[in-house]
Amino acid sequence: MRVTNKHFKFDWITIFLFLLLVGFGWLNILSASHIGADINYFDLSQPYGKQFVFIFLNLILIVLVLAIDAKFYERFASIIYIISMLSLVGLFLFGKNVNGATSWYGIGSFTIQPSEFAKSATALAVAKHLSDLNTNIKTFKDQLRTFAIIGIPAILVLLQNDTGSTIVYGAFIYVLFREGLPNVYLTTAFSTLILAILSLKFGFIITSVISTVIIIGIHYFNKKHIRIYQSVFLIIAAISIAFGVKFFYQSILQPHQQERISLWLRLEKDPNKLEAMKKTFAYNLNESEKAISSGGLTGKGFLEGTRTTGKFVPEQHTDYIFSTVGEEWGFLGSAFVVVTFVLLLLRILHLAELQKSQFSRVYGYSVAAIIFIHFFVNIGMVMGLIPTIGIPLPMFSYGGSGLWAFTILLFIFIKLDSNRINEW
Amino acid sequence: MRQLLLFISVITVGILFISRLFYLQIYKTDANNLFEDNAIRKVYDYPKRGFVYDRNGKLLVANQPTYDVMIIPREVKPLDTTEFCKLLKITKEDFNRKYNKAYRYSPRLPSPFVPQLSKEDYAVLQEKMRKFEGFYIQKRSLRDYQTTIGANVLGDIGEVNYATINKNPYYRMGDLIGKQGVEASYEEILRGTKGIKFIQKDRFNRNIGPYKDGKFDTIPEQGKDITITIDAQLQAYGELLMKNKRGGVIALEPKTGEILAMVAAPTYDPNILVGRNRSKNFTKLYNDSIAKPLFNRSLQGVYEPGSPFKLMNALIALQEGVMDENEHVTCYRGYKYGNRFMKCHCNYGTRNNMVTGIQRSCNAYFATAYRKILDKTGNASEGIDTWSKHAKSFGLGNFLNNDLYVGQKGRIPDRDYYKHIYPKTFYSTYTISNAIGQGEVATTPIQLANMAAAIANRGYFYTPHIIKHIEGETLPENFTKPKYTTIDKENFEPVIDGMLAVYEKGTASSLRVKDIDICGKTGTVENFAIIDSVKTQLTDHSIFVAFAPKDNPKIAIAVFVENGYWGSRFAGKVASLMIEKHIKGEITRTDLEDWLIRHTLEDEYAKPYSGEPFKINGYTQLQTVNDSTYWQLKNQLNKLKNPEI
Repeated sequence: MRVTNKHFKFDWITIFLFLLLVGFGWLNILSASHIGADINYFDLSQPYGKQFVFIFLNLILIVLVLAIDAKFYERFASIIYIISMLSLVGLFLFGKNVNGATSWYGIGSFTIQPSEFAKSATALAVAKHLSDLNTNIKTFKDQLRTFAIIGIPAILVLLQNDTGSTIVYGAFIYVLFREGLPNVYLTTAFSTLILAILSLKFGFIITSVISTVIIIGIHYFNKKHIRIYQSVFLIIAAISIAFGVKFFYQSILQPHQQERISLWLRLEKDPNKLEAMKKTFAYNLNESEKAISSGGLTGKGFLEGTRTTGKFVPEQHTDYIFSTVGEEWGFLGSAFVVVTFVLLLLRILHLAELQKSQFSRVYGYSVAAIIFIHFFVNIGMVMGLIPTIGIPLPMFSYGGSGLWAFTILLFIFIKLDSNRINEW
Repeated sequence: MRQLLLFISVITVGILFISRLFYLQIYKTDANNLFEDNAIRKVYDYPKRGFVYDRNGKLLVANQPTYDVMIIPREVKPLDTTEFCKLLKITKEDFNRKYNKAYRYSPRLPSPFVPQLSKEDYAVLQEKMRKFEGFYIQKRSLRDYQTTIGANVLGDIGEVNYATINKNPYYRMGDLIGKQGVEASYEEILRGTKGIKFIQKDRFNRNIGPYKDGKFDTIPEQGKDITITIDAQLQAYGELLMKNKRGGVIALEPKTGEILAMVAAPTYDPNILVGRNRSKNFTKLYNDSIAKPLFNRSLQGVYEPGSPFKLMNALIALQEGVMDENEHVTCYRGYKYGNRFMKCHCNYGTRNNMVTGIQRSCNAYFATAYRKILDKTGNASEGIDTWSKHAKSFGLGNFLNNDLYVGQKGRIPDRDYYKHIYPKTFYSTYTISNAIGQGEVATTPIQLANMAAAIANRGYFYTPHIIKHIEGETLPENFTKPKYTTIDKENFEPVIDGMLAVYEKGTASSLRVKDIDICGKTGTVENFAIIDSVKTQLTDHSIFVAFAPKDNPKIAIAVFVENGYWGSRFAGKVASLMIEKHIKGEITRTDLEDWLIRHTLEDEYAKPYSGEPFKINGYTQLQTVNDSTYWQLKNQLNKLKNPEI
């Protein structure tokens, strides 16, 4: 399949899927942001006009990324990472506050969000670290180092009040697991999540009882392999987590975060309060679900969405762009977008597994994991499946930083992939 | 295995998302409707409701504009309630109550807040309306009755209720709908179709412009005018004659089935159900459980028909060949069957043939006829089914399937009906009361009038109906095609001769009208009420059926006057006068007219509720109205005769 000709060694399937998403994304940004019937495509005061320019500049960026030698990315991974971290630290001094998050540098009317680029830098650094012959992810020391590489940007963006971007760094658990991180981490993370949901939904006591019963049950059937103190420890841990989550939810989380979780887990039963929620913090979600619902099978047609035209869904051209797809292109269009993302992700994973160098494989895996988390959290949020977390839909949402960052992230991998038959 | 985790996650999430999309966009489809879309403002344009004319082209019902203050609770912004309440002339408590009521119905759909403003209030309010977001004024049209008669015929319109809104998506909260009479039965024709404008709004509720350039907008379709078969003059006359009585009058035109008059007494002025007092007045009418003015006695009143039903038995006896018109039956002041006895008014030993049997309303004659019909084959079970089939072919015992909003089936029993009372043996004597129209037989006035029409036509009838003409439409076949009874044409003549004899020398001889051959039949029906759980007999109902003239009949009529005693006392007089009025257009029997407006049955109706023992029938004194009431009615009568004065 692969063309060995120098000019065609890039993976054109990935590039095609990428361009499809960017192009379709722009059409929806146009729908979500145009005002009135007249559309001037180059009106730079409008989001769709700006995005048009971003996409154009993006093409130049792609050429640049692909032109740089593949070895450069591996060799300078650490330096890129350090520069990126400095840019994040710099935000504390020179950052511009938008919507409560200090995530932007502002130069005139032009703003740039370094946290978007930090994801690529972190991916490079993780790949570099794990592919180092001296690194063994099975050892605790190397696990700590790896967590530090991932944790630094995660904590920096959290301090800048950008919770959404922090969650993205959770994607690396997929990468580490793939590279041999012991099962206990994943099991712990997964159990904690389940315990947290149970504890919030059904209360601390019921959750404690259920987990105790389950652990005793497992112990009973595996007496030979599990010691009694291990099971006791697990029970204490489970109860502590269940209690801790409840405490964390009630005492540490900010009210707006509590409300989002409460809405997600349907904790509120009082219809009057629900009605009130729909008018306040659940307004976006409510309108976005309604917009998607109203699309039906085939949608209302391009530029014909009543809710989109009426600007019923705030932030529709950025985080809530998928609701435009839902309304105007219906089930068919929305499913098309979902399938395209799935295909793109599977393609990247497939390519990653083909890589001969561990650096390329880890990097490819990171790309897939990062895009996947965005895809999952964003569309899940817009359809009300997970709590509201503000992160953009890759390639789709309005925003220059985001678009460029994802382009760099993806095209570095395409470049690495094109080089895989070459000698290192 | 470790490679697969992200693979599986991606595929799982893909499937999860597509399922969720399927649920939101295909399974949960309610939000797809334009009407449910909160991004689209729906503005209704109400059409003119059709006018109602009487058969002579007299306008009965027109329209008048009215203004409702509407509310969309979700869009209400904090406002100066004191000023607003003052403008609307309501209290702060009213405001809260109305707001909550509207909110409970729907926070996003409009509900009426204060209906039917006066023109003055509207003028003042209109200027300030823009200050009160979430409220607007909706123009509607109310009925404007050009007459004070025919409340039971014309019906009324009122705000549509929840049940109807849920059943029929056309209606929205605050819409007006026909509630009774022709307003209800011709609702869809009269109302037209309201127009809708879809307007795109933004999330601040501002109008952006017409949705899709008005592609889905509809223009209102005007309601159609209708002409009803009622003769307003005759109707008004009938209502006047029935003042201070209870009962029903139905007059039909035999050759078309058109209802010339449909009187239900007591009645009310239709104008009281228009405007802001509608609800108060309606409640008053509705709660009057004694006089029941909303109960349409001419359509819903199920009574034992009494003697007029003898005509039916005579026809069946002839048709079945069990009696000859010349056959004589001797009456011994009654009819003896087994060890029981049915009394009769005839002198001892009177010999009656069919004509004199009808003329004298001889019970013995018709008991004989009834028994002969049932025992024709020697099996009364078969006999009663045959008898029942004939009677039902006249439209008795079932809904007439007409265009009137209410109705009752009445009852014509057959063998099946009696199977619980007489499970095994069944003889003709068991049901002998049916011979004289009592016992299990029950009819409504309109069914009896229809029977009279079928006799007048010698064997067929047209389904009685109230619609004469709808703008640009033809009437359904149901109203234009004759329905044949199971009685042959020639069998009607002896019965009609008998009915003529009733007027010439029989029970209605005092009611004759010069130059008109009226064929009629009186009826006097025993009836009972349960008073303090004791079955108590009340004064008999006065019943009369008639048609005229004998040849080429123009009118068939049935009159019921509750507790009016014998047939010609009240009902016969009303019937004769209405017949004369319809055929001649003027009244020669002013003596009957005067008698009717002077006498009242209100005392008779009050008796069962007085809590004291009372006398009935011949032991009672007939009451007259006081002079002022009499002169008032007399004046109305004169005005009716000379509308120019």
